[in-house]
Amino acid sequence: MSILSTLTRRCLLGVAAVAVMTSPALAEVDLSGKTVEWVIPFSESGGSAKWANFFAPLLSEALPGSPTVVVKFMPGAGSTKGANWFQKEKAGDGTLLFGTSGSTQFPYLLDDPRVRYEYKDWEVVMASGTGGVAYLDAETGAKFDGSANGLKGIDFIYGSQGATRLDLVPLLAWQMLGMSVEPVFGIKGRGDGRLMFERGEANIDYQTSSSYLKGSMPLVEAGTAVPMMSWGALDADGNIVRDPTFPDIPTFKEVCEATEGCETSGETWDAWKAFFVAGFPVQKMAFLPAGTDAEIVDTFAKAFETVKSRADFAEISAARLGKYPVYTGGGASSALSQAISVNDDAKGFVKGWLKEAYGVELK
Amino acid sequence: MEFMTVALPALNEAFGLILQPAVLSYLVLGVVMGLAVGVFPGLGGIAGLSLLLPFMFGMEPVLGLALMVGMVAVVPTSDTFASVLMGIPGSSASQATVLDGFPMAKKGEAARALSAAFASSLFGGLVGATFLTFFVLIARPLVLAFGLPEMLMVTVLGLSMVAILAGRIALKGLAAAGLGLMVGTIGEADAGGSLRMATYDIPYLTDGLKLVIVGLGIFAVPEIVALLRQDKSISKTAALGAGWADGVRDWFKNIWLSVRCSVIGVMVGVIPGLGGSVVDWIAYGHAVQTTKDKSNFGKGEVRGIVGPESSNNAKEGGGLVPTLLFGIPGSGSMAIFIGAIALLGSGDIEVGPAMLKNNLDITYSIVWLLALANVVGTILCIASSGVIAKLTTIRFTLVAPFLFMLISFAAFQSGQNLADLVALFAIGLLGIFLRRFDWSRPAFLIGFVLSNPAETFTNQAYQIAASRFRKSFEEGIDYIFSPIVIVLLIITVVSVYFGIRQAKMIQAEGDVQSGSKRAPLIFLLLFLAYLVVAFINASLIPDFALTDKIFPMTIGAVAIACCLYLLWRMRVSPETDVIFADKEVAGDDASAPHGLWATLAWFAGLLVLCSIFGFIIALAIFLMAFLRIRGGESWPKAALLTACGIGFMCLMAGALNRDFPPGLLQSFVDLPWPLT
Repeated sequence: MSILSTLTRRCLLGVAAVAVMTSPALAEVDLSGKTVEWVIPFSESGGSAKWANFFAPLLSEALPGSPTVVVKFMPGAGSTKGANWFQKEKAGDGTLLFGTSGSTQFPYLLDDPRVRYEYKDWEVVMASGTGGVAYLDAETGAKFDGSANGLKGIDFIYGSQGATRLDLVPLLAWQMLGMSVEPVFGIKGRGDGRLMFERGEANIDYQTSSSYLKGSMPLVEAGTAVPMMSWGALDADGNIVRDPTFPDIPTFKEVCEATEGCETSGETWDAWKAFFVAGFPVQKMAFLPAGTDAEIVDTFAKAFETVKSRADFAEISAARLGKYPVYTGGGASSALSQAISVNDDAKGFVKGWLKEAYGVELK
Repeated sequence: MEFMTVALPALNEAFGLILQPAVLSYLVLGVVMGLAVGVFPGLGGIAGLSLLLPFMFGMEPVLGLALMVGMVAVVPTSDTFASVLMGIPGSSASQATVLDGFPMAKKGEAARALSAAFASSLFGGLVGATFLTFFVLIARPLVLAFGLPEMLMVTVLGLSMVAILAGRIALKGLAAAGLGLMVGTIGEADAGGSLRMATYDIPYLTDGLKLVIVGLGIFAVPEIVALLRQDKSISKTAALGAGWADGVRDWFKNIWLSVRCSVIGVMVGVIPGLGGSVVDWIAYGHAVQTTKDKSNFGKGEVRGIVGPESSNNAKEGGGLVPTLLFGIPGSGSMAIFIGAIALLGSGDIEVGPAMLKNNLDITYSIVWLLALANVVGTILCIASSGVIAKLTTIRFTLVAPFLFMLISFAAFQSGQNLADLVALFAIGLLGIFLRRFDWSRPAFLIGFVLSNPAETFTNQAYQIAASRFRKSFEEGIDYIFSPIVIVLLIITVVSVYFGIRQAKMIQAEGDVQSGSKRAPLIFLLLFLAYLVVAFINASLIPDFALTDKIFPMTIGAVAIACCLYLLWRMRVSPETDVIFADKEVAGDDASAPHGLWATLAWFAGLLVLCSIFGFIIALAIFLMAFLRIRGGESWPKAALLTACGIGFMCLMAGALNRDFPPGLLQSFVDLPWPLT
């Protein structure tokens, strides 16, 4: 009796032990029949919408069980509303994904009081970047010789979405070059900025890479626009190098070095670089809610990895996203930490500059 | 000559692409889906297109385009149902249609109004496509000629339509428009980010109020409440007089008006940044000005339908120009459209300047798919208008709760926030009083819609002009007074001059009697109080953000001056003066069997229930209670109707993947969809 019961107990223990050991495998994430909601804190018309809409069907294929991936939009307060909402979401079963952009990063970095979210709490599963190119109209472009020395004293007009947005990067760059650029605020998107440039109302503009390729290259070919500089890209050591999408266009760093009075070291440069890194090379990221199980995080990271390694990925993504790296797993984590680690000096400098140049106070 | 060598072959290719059985069947599929989505006020093309997006990846380009274009094309057509039958402006494209369409439905001529509207839409769509076929080749330089001063002038022209719609007292209309402009400035300023009549403690307000909510609140809520108090059907005769054939005949009689308004529609639609918000008002104004006997406008004049409806479908075609040629979407649905095009096929269709050079055949395919979708959609709509128009003969008490259901859902979709419903109620209340005291609601809405463009364009044009003037005086003058600006200026002055002379004839609210002094005076004082508070609030914005305060302060000052004049006039006028117009004194409202507040309380009840139990549970309680108590229906019938309503709601929201407003309950308990 007792032997039997002991045996049984041992058996049971054994079974239990096996069960414990194999439980990660048994609990393998399967999302079949489920719907993954990918929430984008912007409207249906923005760049983040295009980004998520591009990835959604690919992600659906790559996730175990091929769940339906739907993109939902929750615009408001320049993405702060959606991010604050996401902060409160509980760790789920992998049916909620959240996408952020540079416009979510900048208020966070500038300690905007409306920000109630914390990037460090969330689980990043994918990050992707972009670049940007600034260009001049034909008249002023003729005075550009690789340095901004000939551009001083010209009244530049620039259609801007707001000094605290991504436009901070070009505006600060132009100021460092000693150019006097007057931003005309209140445009709704960079497309409107380009239109203002095409109408001749603005004589300087910048576009992110994919928009530049589509909308501004034809202007360059027609001779009505002259590329000035790209923001550059980061190499493995964090140095700014030429943007692989635009190998022929000098970077801001090169132009700055060639321009009198512009320095590629010191407080101003560090602040510019910090915000450039946060806004461009790591612009858009996808997150799972805080405290999500490691297996689920892993599953999503792997799924994005699968998407990335599709044979046709380079081709289909080039048109939508430009030739920029897509980071997953560990790469995404280090990209994230790079994007949100702006030191206090840089923050303080930019805040002071926003106040002084545009009267913007974040409080 | 370019047309012969370049366009004709491309046009030929385009028709070759379109006229295939597979393409046509996708188009019809898109149209049917679009119609189903379009009857939902406030959702429109955006919801439908987002639904299609997942299927676009790698799809054969022409098939995908047919599906999407079919859907986009019919939204401005199908939202006419809501605006004519229920007085609900489904989208910005159907605001002006409400003015005369709904009164016609009340007269029992819903089918006639609908078919006149559909015939005009169809014609507008075809004129638009024909026009675009030629225009698209020369559009680029013309579009680029529209700089900020020109766009500002088009906006001002739109605002000048207030003169026609001002009502019996011009300054009252002006004040209403002023209030609309001021309400439009609520939230974070576009230029400097200062807050106006908002606080960060109420994040909802910082984004400003949405057009859907203001449109529904100003037009739909007051009409629904007023009708509900009558306890009759929408159609006063409870029978349908004129049928759909009359409507088509009406349109044909006014074909030249239809042609002119279509051209206006394409032209304004082409200008990026303005989109559809002004075009139907300009068309409505044009219809009024070219009609000899203006006394019927606002009471069911068919020309008031033909004009705006001809223009709003033509505008969709015009809107393709900035979308395809510049890659700048004219509207939310166009933005998704652009995104979707990049997903099609191998992604080689690139919207933007290269479109004409590389994809002229695709461009033409889109233009003519749009026209074709209009034809298919219109035929379906006209065919069904007779049946759907019967809705207006049902006892309104049975229809109203479902309308409350629809508009609450529509309002919620704009911001996904319970505050959407509160805002809808607040604006609805304002709408009810504007209606009661005969303040022009269209004037208010025009002000609201054009507030943002007017402010942005003014600030930007000023800034650029200042920079030009710094260079030289001539350059500045050249910039501000371009030939286009001067022409628009003349049109505006002429239209204001005639508008003011004619405004007295057009009584959008009918002949409102005057009676006691007290109620109109209190409303005017409240009206004035808001303006003063908003003015002071704007004046407190620090001076470095001058661009954020100058517009609300200027507009506020003008509106306050108007109110002060009205106040003075109230002081010196007898009780019988038109300035004391009050619907509660005599007429339908005064003799209604149900009180205003009791009726409104039902709607408020739905909102309160919703904030506690979430939308679906609240809806179940509300529908049951309303049908049983107010409607006097038997329990089984009330239960059946409630089940139908909720079933319909869940079906649509489920298919479109939309959420319902959650309440307090949902923050404590996790419930399965649709109860979430």
